[in-house]
Amino acid sequence: MISSSIARKVAMALSGLFLVFFLAQHFTINITSVIAPDIFNSWSHFMGTNGLVQGILQPILIFGVIYHFVMGFILEIQNRKARTVRYAQFKGGTNSSWASRNMIITGLVILAFLGLHFYDFWIPEIVHKYIETHPEDPTRYYAETVHKFESPVRVTIYVVSFILLILHLWHGFSSAFQSVGFNNKYSKGLKLFTQIFAVAIPVGFIFIALYHHFNQIPH
Amino acid sequence: MKLTLKIWRQKDANSKGSMQTYPIDGVDGDMSFLEMLDVLNDGLINQGEDPVVFDHDCREGICGACSLMINGEPHGPDRLITTCQLHMRRFNDGDTIVIEPFRAKAFPVIKDLMVDRSSFERIQHAGGYISVNTSGNTIDANAIPIEKEDADASFNAAACIGCGACVAACKNASAMLFTSAKVSQFALLPQGKVEATRRVLNMVEQMDKEGFGNCTNTGACEVECPKGISLENIARMNREYLSASLKG
Repeated sequence: MISSSIARKVAMALSGLFLVFFLAQHFTINITSVIAPDIFNSWSHFMGTNGLVQGILQPILIFGVIYHFVMGFILEIQNRKARTVRYAQFKGGTNSSWASRNMIITGLVILAFLGLHFYDFWIPEIVHKYIETHPEDPTRYYAETVHKFESPVRVTIYVVSFILLILHLWHGFSSAFQSVGFNNKYSKGLKLFTQIFAVAIPVGFIFIALYHHFNQIPH
Repeated sequence: MKLTLKIWRQKDANSKGSMQTYPIDGVDGDMSFLEMLDVLNDGLINQGEDPVVFDHDCREGICGACSLMINGEPHGPDRLITTCQLHMRRFNDGDTIVIEPFRAKAFPVIKDLMVDRSSFERIQHAGGYISVNTSGNTIDANAIPIEKEDADASFNAAACIGCGACVAACKNASAMLFTSAKVSQFALLPQGKVEATRRVLNMVEQMDKEGFGNCTNTGACEVECPKGISLENIARMNREYLSASLKG
């Protein structure tokens, strides 16, 4: 079963839904950096030091991200092999959305962004905690986060990446429900919800990045 | 009407094909697309050239034989019709029309625009049937009560003519819409329940073996299907498959 096309499709859908859930949780914490820095510090401290989060949830998340990307590439390669001679003319735009046909492109941009995001936040956090072994300071997170958005180049990259994330979620979120077999009278409403989510959450992340860029605090 | 046709010509399955250009004059708007190709072939034969090979049979939209990728869309620019139902009035004088075979690794070109779609037959053979006792005590299907919604959905799935437009339209050359229609038409009926588990497992296994691509839910298949087969069938097949896999 596990090697069948439907099993892989369901696995892609479930890992995608898991990442969507993570995205919502990530946004919920991040938005507090705009409205309540103290809460942001306290939640960030919790996420950075809690054993369950660090020892179990974080490895599951990393596995989910890697699985989603690796499986995405494998499926893309298989799909390209399924049509060895390309059409001279192919009007995909007349019967499907750009977002649905180019998940690999939006996915690759998001992957590149994740590399930058890990470089920006995750690696410094590992260095801070486990290599330089600084004493834990629950108030450090807010200032560190705000300073990351000082560079206009970095903010631009963030904005572009999140626009691509909108396109990826626009198709991927609702598509995941179809993949797991959910297509009924509620699907129209569900699709509307997924598309609102697909726009609202990345736009929210863009807002956070721009807000901190234009409201820098002294080092 | 004067047209320029760019047509894929390929001598046989092992040869390398290429696009060839043919001017054609005197095309009437009331001709079907296939009749226009008939006129082209008459001209080619009169000139001592090889006619363009293409699939056709009933020419009334029910057999699924005619195929053709016309200007980048299977069965041409109109919805819910096959190539034989496409009329030349849909085009304008002076147009260039690009005509290609349905392209997929699982649909190898036999010659020119004709492709081998026997992979669909093999998927059907793997489970697209029900076993009925025909030794004299066959139960009349009309005597079995079936919910109207299920009967309608099953009938709609059974409307699939197996033309392969879904595969041709899909950027991944996936056969999920075809296979799901064939699974659905039985999954919804009591007669199909008996073999439901092995049917979906075997048909999906055969579909994968044939080298079709994976479904990424672009929905192109549903839009281009001449019979309006719905994506709901794919969701149903996914449910059937997961349920059958858990049963073993």
